[in-house]
Formats: sequence, structure tokens, C-alpha cells
Amino acid sequence: MRCCPYIVVGVTLLLAAELAAENAETAEEKTTLKISASSAHSAVKKEDQRFPPPEFETGYVQPSPTTPAPPQDIYQYMDVLVLLAALGVGAYLVLKKRSRPAIFALAIFSLLYFGFWRRGCVCSVGAIQNIVLSIFDRSYAVPIVVLAFFLLPLIFTLFFGRVFCAGVCPLGAIQDVVLVRPVRVPNWLENALRLFAYVYLGAAILFAATGSAFIICRYDPFVSFFRLSGNWNILTLGGSVLLVSIFVGRPYCRFVCPYGVILRQLSRISRWNVTITPRVPRSGVPDECVRCRLCEDSCPFGAIREPTADWMARDYVTGKKRLALLMVLLPVLALSVGWAGSKLKNVTARMHATVRLAERVYLEDAGKAEGTTNASLAFRATGRYPEQLYAEASAIRAKFTLGGWFFGGFVGLIVGLKLIGLSRRVGRTDYQADRASCLACGRCFEYCPKEHARRKGN
Amino acid sequence: MTENKEPVTRRHFLKDTLWGTCLAGLGGLTGFIIHKHRKTGTLWQIDPYTCIACGNCATYCVLDKSAVKCMHAFSLCGYCRICFGFFGPEPLDITEGAENQVCPTGAIKRRFVEEPYYEYTIDESLCNGCGKCVKGCNTFGNGSLFLQVRHDRCLNCNECSIAAACPSGAWKRIPAEQPYLLKTQHEAGAHA
Repeated sequence: MRCCPYIVVGVTLLLAAELAAENAETAEEKTTLKISASSAHSAVKKEDQRFPPPEFETGYVQPSPTTPAPPQDIYQYMDVLVLLAALGVGAYLVLKKRSRPAIFALAIFSLLYFGFWRRGCVCSVGAIQNIVLSIFDRSYAVPIVVLAFFLLPLIFTLFFGRVFCAGVCPLGAIQDVVLVRPVRVPNWLENALRLFAYVYLGAAILFAATGSAFIICRYDPFVSFFRLSGNWNILTLGGSVLLVSIFVGRPYCRFVCPYGVILRQLSRISRWNVTITPRVPRSGVPDECVRCRLCEDSCPFGAIREPTADWMARDYVTGKKRLALLMVLLPVLALSVGWAGSKLKNVTARMHATVRLAERVYLEDAGKAEGTTNASLAFRATGRYPEQLYAEASAIRAKFTLGGWFFGGFVGLIVGLKLIGLSRRVGRTDYQADRASCLACGRCFEYCPKEHARRKGN
Repeated sequence: MTENKEPVTRRHFLKDTLWGTCLAGLGGLTGFIIHKHRKTGTLWQIDPYTCIACGNCATYCVLDKSAVKCMHAFSLCGYCRICFGFFGPEPLDITEGAENQVCPTGAIKRRFVEEPYYEYTIDESLCNGCGKCVKGCNTFGNGSLFLQVRHDRCLNCNECSIAAACPSGAWKRIPAEQPYLLKTQHEAGAHA
């Protein structure tokens, strides 16, 4: 606790009242002040107004406090318009123009506008939490701008794939500009690391739904760069992620971003999507892949899928058995991890300030903790009974029990589905951009000889 | 861009259904949320009657210079000669000497008005929002000094670092239409 000098001096308020009387006259120079600890933390009320406001005789006019206005709402609406425009331009550049330099330029614009100019807040990634909070907390209303930031990229993804990731998201852009030496992440590692993003999404929803914290914003590694200030922990984290981004393509987007997880799934079923070979003008069907293998290593995000070899008949049998087993295991996995999640409530619930406070007050009252904290002092100054606080804390813990079931169940389900996905045989004859993983950055376009033919033709 | 001209297979049909469901789901979500949306945004502010002036506002803000500053409700002020928002608990002397002041940055200016009254004003460019004066004034005086988020400085982060560190729950989101929670004579009475 930060030590307050008054408590150290600590005796009664009486002296202060005496001083009030002296105040009108000429008070003594040196005074020792004494107060009780509890009064140090109570807000002033009318009857406590110890010194009546004076009536001035010299015509002194009281100044009134200034209240500088917040930035105009118009800027926020402009943000939505810019977002909409950027998404539209992005979709055109990715699907129609197929120009990597243009997509890169759009990403730089977004980095400057949404990142450095608008300081990265509010962003679509963080908006998940506002939406979740508003669903679970009746008293919280989402500002319309936040809703738009959450929704527009999702809708665009349903139509055009992950164009938001390609050129609109400032978090993606800042990683993309530093990517100079991409290394290939092995497939197994890529899949394993990606699970973290799902866990992160689940945790973000859990903590937002219970009104505990917005962890996506709290641990956003880049927002401190956008603000050009921040504490050392978060700057170190951001710096490390950027350092990794030099060699591993957009690690935050691939392995951490909770919004990216949602976009992945929507991108799987998008109306139009990125194709390595250009689409044939009339029919709209992607041109035939000649399997020249030129694009094979062009994707720094491991999103290009190679043609598959046929399975042996024997592999088929074992593969089928494995798939059946995994499908049976899926509910078991979901339930068991869900159970484990619910058992975590005592740990997870501590993210909520009320639970932390209740635990502290309990420890102090039971004589198990020395001294006080600012929070426990503040609570005691309110005059509320600890029992009330304990009841609130148990209600919140109960929420975390239920939430833990869902969180754990979700994680179990994802792991199970991932295993199933990996055991599924996918037949491919061409080099294709994986609809889910493709960030639509457009790097692969110029590797395709068909694309060169298209550009010559134009 | 033209649609795919391939014949409709079961796979296509399922995919299209799923696509439609997703779009409808997003629409449903929007409908669910929009019925209680707000046109204007929200801002962070400190409830001065809950604030305990713990000092976190000075250190936890993501800005180098905290967006929280001390404000002075002149109508509540007693214009004391010995102000405990201005002087430390054991001032060596009742003068403006730095060694006597409670403010670590000398942001409070003391000016003689008329016998025996003194006016105290905050130099916002110096104030770091530590709340030491607020604590002094709340403890011994009228409580006319209080901390507020200054919206010309605040970045209005979605997750406010100070709010997360606030021990008393004084930080809250408030509607942007009414961006300050000021202490006034009337409100002081209302809270009594």
C-alpha cells in the first residue's frame, strides 16, 4: 500500500476543526495534524463542509472550473466511413486488380490512419469484447461505432474472404511491413500454435461476459506503438512480437488474434475468395493450375496447399478408423475439458475486481493477512458489510463456474475438431490458397505464370 | 464478377445454406444488440465521491503525462489560509515555499484574495494527477479538490489501464453527452 502521511501521524480530526477557528485569525506556524485512519478515505459531504464558503468584500469573482470537451463524434463516424471504404477498396484490389503493391499501399494507409492517427482504438479485434459484454450485461450499451467496427469486417469476409486482414487491420499491417526474412513454420507447429488463438478468444469472451476485464485490449502488443507511449512490459511484448515478425509472417494474426479465428471460419464459406491463378474473365472460374510449383514457397503464412498424393488402400482403412474414433471422442473431450474449465473458477474469478476484494477483506478479517490495501480501505470506508461483498463474490464465482464449462467445452471442441480436420483426407489436384489461412496479402499472385499471361493480355 | 456456373451439388447446397445462416446470424446479432445501442460513445470518468485519491491515476495511465488532473470546485472551497490541499500535514512554515507544499510538482498556485482568504488554482500543465492534494482537502477541508479525466488528453482506451487498477471502483464509463462528474455545492448536498 502507498503510505499516506496522515495515517502515520494519525490522531483525531479535532485539531483540524480547531484550525478552522484559527484560520480566520492568524494561525500558528507549525502544526501537527492528527486524524483517524478511516476518515482519511471518506468523501466530503455537505455536513462535513468544515469551512463555510466565504463572502468576499473586495468584489472577487469565483472562477469556474474548465471542462475541455472530448473529441467530436464526427471523427468516429468518419472512422466507420474510412473502414467501409478501405474494405471495399481492399476487396477490389484482392479479387479484381490482384496487385500486391496496391494491397501493400492500402495496408500502409490503414496502419497510418487506424493505427498512428486514430491511435488504434477502438479496433475490430477489441470490439468482440464490447459486443459480448453488451449481450451479458443489460446495462451496457454498445456505441454504434463499435458495433460497426465489429460487424463490417465480418460481412465483408462472408463475401470476399479476409480482405480485412489483408489491408485494413493496422495490427496486421505493422507486422507485414517488418516481414523481410520469412521462414517456413512446420505444419504441425502451425496447427498447434493456432490453438492458442481459440483459447484466447474463449478467455476473452469469458472475461468480457463476466465483466472482469478486456484482456484483448490489455495485452494488445501493438497499441502502445500506435500511442507512442506505454509501460515497459507491454513495449517489451510488442517489441518481441515485432522482432519475431521479421522472420515469422504475422505471428499475432496467425497464432493469437481472436478476431482472426472468427474470420477464418467465415472465410471458409465466403462467396468469393483469393485464387492463385487468376479467374477467367467470363466464367469467373479460376484458371487452370499448371503445377509449375513457382508459387509453392511464395506464401510466408503457410496458406498455400499443395496437390495431394493418393492414399494407399491400407491407409484408407486406418484413416477411417481414426476418424471414427475421433468423432466418438469429440463429446468426451469437450465435456472433460469443460469440467476442467469449471474447476478453474477460483483462479479465473480473480480477474474480477470484486472477487479479489472479497478475498482480501476475508483474509484481513480472519487475521490471515497483515495490513490493508487501498481497495480494502476503500471498501471499509463505504460502510458496507463484508457479508454483502462475499455474496456478490460468490455470485460472480458461480458465473465463472458456468462460464468455465462453456470455455472448457469450447476449447475441447476445438481441439477435437482440429484433430478430425487433420485426419480428414482432402483431395487436391492444384496448388490452392487455403481459404481459412489465406490473409489475402496477394504475395502469391505474381508468382503464377497464368497471372503474368493475364497482365500481358490486359 | 459472375457466379459459379457449376451444377449444384450437395456440398454446394450445404455451403450455401451455411453461408445464409451465417449472414442471418450476423443480422440477428445486430438486431439483438442494436435495440439498446447508443448513438454517441462512452467516456471514462472518475466519480469524485467514490475516489479515494490513492495515486494510481498518476502512474497507471498509458500516457506519459496522465490524462487525470486535479480540478477545483471553487464554490465548495473555504479559501483557507492554511489549506491542506496545499500544505503538507506538518508544514515548516505557512509560506509558498516548496518544502511546505504537498504537491510534488508545485501545480497548485496560492494567491491572496482578501484577509483572511487565499485562492488556490491548479496549473494543469504541471499537475500529474497524483491526488495528494485531494486527499489532504478531503481529510481536513471541504473536499473542493477532486480528480477528473480531462477529455482533451484522454485517449478513451477500450480497456482503461487506470480503471483496471482503481481500488475503489470510482472509474466508470459515462455517456459522452455529459463528460464530467463535477463536485458542486448542490451535488455535495445531494450526496449528504
